[in-house]
Amino acid sequence: MTAAILAQEALSRTESGVVNGFFAVLAIVAIVSALKMVTSSNVVHAALYLLVVLSAVAGVYVILGAEFVAATQVLVYLGAIMVLLLFGVMLTRAKIGTDTDLDNEQRWIGALVGAGMLAVMTYSLWEGFGDDKLPDTMVPQPTQAVSDSIFGTYLVPFEALSLLLLAALIGAVVVARRD
Amino acid sequence: MYLNQFLILAAALFCIGVYGVLARRNGVLVLMSIELILNSVNINLVALSAMNGDVTGQVFALFVIAVAAAEVGVGLAIVLLIYRNRRSIDIAEANLLKG
Repeated sequence: MTAAILAQEALSRTESGVVNGFFAVLAIVAIVSALKMVTSSNVVHAALYLLVVLSAVAGVYVILGAEFVAATQVLVYLGAIMVLLLFGVMLTRAKIGTDTDLDNEQRWIGALVGAGMLAVMTYSLWEGFGDDKLPDTMVPQPTQAVSDSIFGTYLVPFEALSLLLLAALIGAVVVARRD
Repeated sequence: MYLNQFLILAAALFCIGVYGVLARRNGVLVLMSIELILNSVNINLVALSAMNGDVTGQVFALFVIAVAAAEVGVGLAIVLLIYRNRRSIDIAEANLLKG
């Protein structure tokens, strides 16, 4: 009996070790490619690094048990928004090769601001949440619960959002139209 | 798994995005950095939703994704307009309203 419980515990420990390993890989990939994205001197490479960051974030959603959000992330961000951004790169005739002039002269102040914000946020998160743990038995939230919530409690924001999308569609056409 | 590991990852991505917005000249690159910022907020929403065992955070993450799609559409239209009028997408040059 105790052996079975011990075996179970060991199993769940290795499982959480595997999950933590996956998280570490995804986090390192995300942060390194994000840094590459904001420092790359090639616009197309920056877009492709953003693609890597977004895929890693989708993996983080899967670890957190938010499968529907992960699928939406892949469809909307990796599918639609990346194509839009690459279209933007193409239509504005940005140089396709390397370009030395992509950063402005306030870059060092920007780096200082970013580092300062990161320090303040890390400190306050550490103070605020300490070593709060996610529940051990983290089951994936069923998509049914998400859709019940969207079409039940949050129906009005959802409808407002569809109106916003329509307005953005018409607005983008009106702004970018050539006449 | 600690909650903080997700929140600190999100904070790091957020700060990298802020650096990108401040330091980049090219309008399209600024839009990409804004996408990074919105994504880091989504990580926070989903992590806290998993922490509380509640789907509300996921619902709002989906709303943020939809708003981000609308934002990037309008933002790119504006960048295209700036390009068409000034033959450049250096956002430092778009300073007509500067006093």
